[in-house]
Amino acid sequence: MTNHWIDIKNADVVFLMGSNAAEHHPVGFKWVMKAKDRGAKLIHVDPKFSRTSARCDFHVPLRSGTDIAFLGGMINYILEKELYYKEYVLNNTNAAFVVGKDYSFENGLFSGYNAKTRTYDRSKWAFEKGLDGAPLMDLAHERSVFNLMKKHYSRYTLKNVADVTGVSEKDLLRVYDTFCATGKPNKAGTILYALGWTQHTVGVQNIRASAIIQLLLGNIGVAGGGINALRGEPNVQGSTDHALLYHILPGYNALPLAPWQTLQDYMKANTPVTHLKNSANWWSNRPKYVTSLLKGWYGDAATPENDYCYDLLPKGEPGADYSYMYVMDKIYHGQITGGFIFGVNPLNSFPNTNKMRKALDNLDWLVCSELHHSETTDNWQRPGEDPKTKKTEVFLLPSAHRIEKAGTISNSGRWLLWFDKAVEPGGEARNFADMFVPLINRIRKLYETEGGVLPEAVLKLNWPEKFDPEEWARRINGQFWKDTTINGKLYKRGQLVPAFGHLKDDGSTSSLNWLYCGSYTEEDGNKSQRRDPSQTPMQAKIGLFPKWSWCWPVNRRILYNRASVDVNGRPLNPDLPVIAWDGSKWVGDVPDGPWPPQADKEKGKLPFIMNTDGYAQLYGPGRLDGPFPEHYEPAETPLASHPFSKQLSSPCYKFHSSDMDQLAKAADPKYPIVLTTYSMTEHWCGGGETRNVPNLLEAEPQLYIEMSHELAKEKGIKNGDGVIIESARGRVEAIAMVTIRIRPFTVMGKTIHLVGMPFAYGWTTPKCGDSTNRLTVTAYDPNTTIPEAKACCVNIRKADRLTEIA
Amino acid sequence: MPKAFLIDTTRCTACRGCQLGCKEWNGLPPNKTKQQGSHQNPPDLNPFNYKIVRFHEHLDAEGNVVWNFFPDQCRHCVTPVCVDVADMVVPGALIKDSATGAVLVTEKSSQLTAEDAEAIRNACPYDIPRYDPVAKKLTKCDMCIDRVRAGLLPVCVKTCPTGTMAFDDRDAIVALAQQRLAVAKERFPKAHLVDMQEVNVIFLLAEEKEYYHERAAFM
Repeated sequence: MTNHWIDIKNADVVFLMGSNAAEHHPVGFKWVMKAKDRGAKLIHVDPKFSRTSARCDFHVPLRSGTDIAFLGGMINYILEKELYYKEYVLNNTNAAFVVGKDYSFENGLFSGYNAKTRTYDRSKWAFEKGLDGAPLMDLAHERSVFNLMKKHYSRYTLKNVADVTGVSEKDLLRVYDTFCATGKPNKAGTILYALGWTQHTVGVQNIRASAIIQLLLGNIGVAGGGINALRGEPNVQGSTDHALLYHILPGYNALPLAPWQTLQDYMKANTPVTHLKNSANWWSNRPKYVTSLLKGWYGDAATPENDYCYDLLPKGEPGADYSYMYVMDKIYHGQITGGFIFGVNPLNSFPNTNKMRKALDNLDWLVCSELHHSETTDNWQRPGEDPKTKKTEVFLLPSAHRIEKAGTISNSGRWLLWFDKAVEPGGEARNFADMFVPLINRIRKLYETEGGVLPEAVLKLNWPEKFDPEEWARRINGQFWKDTTINGKLYKRGQLVPAFGHLKDDGSTSSLNWLYCGSYTEEDGNKSQRRDPSQTPMQAKIGLFPKWSWCWPVNRRILYNRASVDVNGRPLNPDLPVIAWDGSKWVGDVPDGPWPPQADKEKGKLPFIMNTDGYAQLYGPGRLDGPFPEHYEPAETPLASHPFSKQLSSPCYKFHSSDMDQLAKAADPKYPIVLTTYSMTEHWCGGGETRNVPNLLEAEPQLYIEMSHELAKEKGIKNGDGVIIESARGRVEAIAMVTIRIRPFTVMGKTIHLVGMPFAYGWTTPKCGDSTNRLTVTAYDPNTTIPEAKACCVNIRKADRLTEIA
Repeated sequence: MPKAFLIDTTRCTACRGCQLGCKEWNGLPPNKTKQQGSHQNPPDLNPFNYKIVRFHEHLDAEGNVVWNFFPDQCRHCVTPVCVDVADMVVPGALIKDSATGAVLVTEKSSQLTAEDAEAIRNACPYDIPRYDPVAKKLTKCDMCIDRVRAGLLPVCVKTCPTGTMAFDDRDAIVALAQQRLAVAKERFPKAHLVDMQEVNVIFLLAEEKEYYHERAAFM
């Protein structure tokens, strides 16, 4: 989230799209209700009418996979009707930047496309530079971002958008008019999204489109505004920050790649330079953060002479994809023979599950840690297979439940919250850290005694004997490695670094994540444990509680908050002030940097400090699939063409092509129905935990398929009947839930049906149904490799008999 | 001063925290349920569910989808008919607690036959009590009388995240109900408070009772 949960209450319009917040964030949804109590309009755009829709002022059904058409239409509407907040756009965005001559967009393709590699040469999209090296700025220029954007979205007419999305022009206008009314200084609109936007082959561009809208309307940095990703319940934010995935190092630092053999190479490639004096260019600090990270990993072994052990880190190959989908494909092809699967149930939750299940048969050994047996741990005895033919040796380690351990989580609003252990783990169960810390110590002993390839990478680690969550919280914050004096105060070696402004690139400091530096200090202790509701009257106006827990970065609750004030530092909306300049300092929230307002031509800084040139990017040349979001159909689509271009699906989406990775052809009459998948309040993700809670299973016992009355009639299906659902990849059984909450769409003049299914059911819970993901596609967003779980094509028929459900 | 609940259905998201919380607090065993084409599960009140959220969907006059949620439970009537009917066969099988207004099933209820229980259920304007033929007892919501006597909120109210449910002295709840009704009426002209004078569990509905549950209201 750019903002945080409480702040939702400050919105004049809450726009939920790609999220079913009431069902998936039932407690956080109270802040949406608070906004409503204050008079806000609530809009829900989603393929199905859900429990979220029930509480909104209105719900607009949208064909799954057409979000960019819908949002592009809104961008066009804002530009045509001049509903944008002019002062904000001019001061804060790259609207005036001039794009280089090499940029073009024709027939659905940007310039620089290579059809063979399905990639773009992004240098073709670069900005025009002046003689001083700074980007050329001229709003009136024919290639200014603003003019290119206008031209790009001029195709997103109400008719084209209505034709593709299946939303009536009347409903489009209802949403556009309601939300665009927030493009004024005293109004704010928030966008709440979740996996409904990300799980598409254009997932990243869905969110980019929302960023363009929020920037045009001046809704970023302000109270009640922002783009707010509603993260998963346990710790999705924290695991992203700490780089649970392969693509970054902790704190959003690039993954070291083979061409960067030295730390200097790495820093040079990843430390941006700006030629604008008023740009803070915060990532110019990257060397301090990466050096402190290395120091945190390798401690005293990390020295300036050995590049702080940078050469011990594994290096990726440029362009290689190490995501879980590629790992599973490697397992399928026998290229990986053993491994650990923790905290995820891929054989229920990953797409094209039949392939995933077959893949795991190839493993010689597998280590899992779970609360319960799952479709993954017990794959070797899955229905229809002979366990005697399975060679995998599975080690199932009993895992502690989250209430059986202490530590922190980071919530959607970036708040770091400490939780205590409620009860001791049952039996021999352990938390993950109490498995990993001793495991690494065993591995260290083996390397010590037996040697091996590159033992230093493991032996030089600054690694503890035992896991202590407090100690790790301190290590994440960061420590001094030599006595250091700051403002006359001496910090001894081993003491905590008070804020990331004091991290150094000379080996004198460590921090396992610079963003969290300041969360645990000598002065204030473990700030994730703070529960102090005190606030100033100004903070009370927007529900800001600066002493309740702690928030990254530097306890800033609303990101980019320098965009909430005019050039003199006066709040654009005085009723809901985030920060204000009192003549000598900022008050309210922690500002995006200490510099004075922009009117100070010497010391003032632009608000978007994480972007090299300080401006927010309407045009974003950094993504792999284009600088402007463009509508493409999902990888599997019921359409043979669409009115925006000749390019049917994303030219860059990634996919696999084994014998089990089948895709239906476009507009395939065998699979004419759109399937979207989701979760529900009563079950958590794939259901591996919640299906084992009898009272939850009582409330939602079996797999269902929600469909319209019209489709049910067409197929001779009655409410409660058994149904067979088939895609090019698999076959699933479910119980029909015939409802007015899903309606047929009229798309390009013809009727398209959509059905929806949860993915929470698996065969280890007897007769509840089995993995919905046996139907979904192995096609992915090119930037993130997230699978397109929200849209694929299927057919359905009434079942004569059911074997998976009884 | 008797206690009362307000259940403002215009705020309910059917998260079923109340339904689950009720089961957990009362230690009620799970039923073996099946998906039968509805989210409403278990389909009805039963000896192991004193509270269930009922789901009802329909199209309004303009063709918009309306999905109503009704967290059904004992209304703890001001003058409970069930107590009178029970008294005719087993005096004291059901009582009204004067301090809280809670209508409670006592140990004497074990003397009730299945037929007696059926008669009590039929007398209830809201079709609430259910007979457990195995344990041979009448079952229903007891206002979490153990919690309330200890100064705690009933568990369903404690669990509710959206402000749908409130619990307090009856006067305070009536005042809150009027206040909420005024707010609800701005958007739902047919909003009303159900049988407010007769019950201590006051429902605020956005439209007629048939769009929630046929036994949502007596009047």
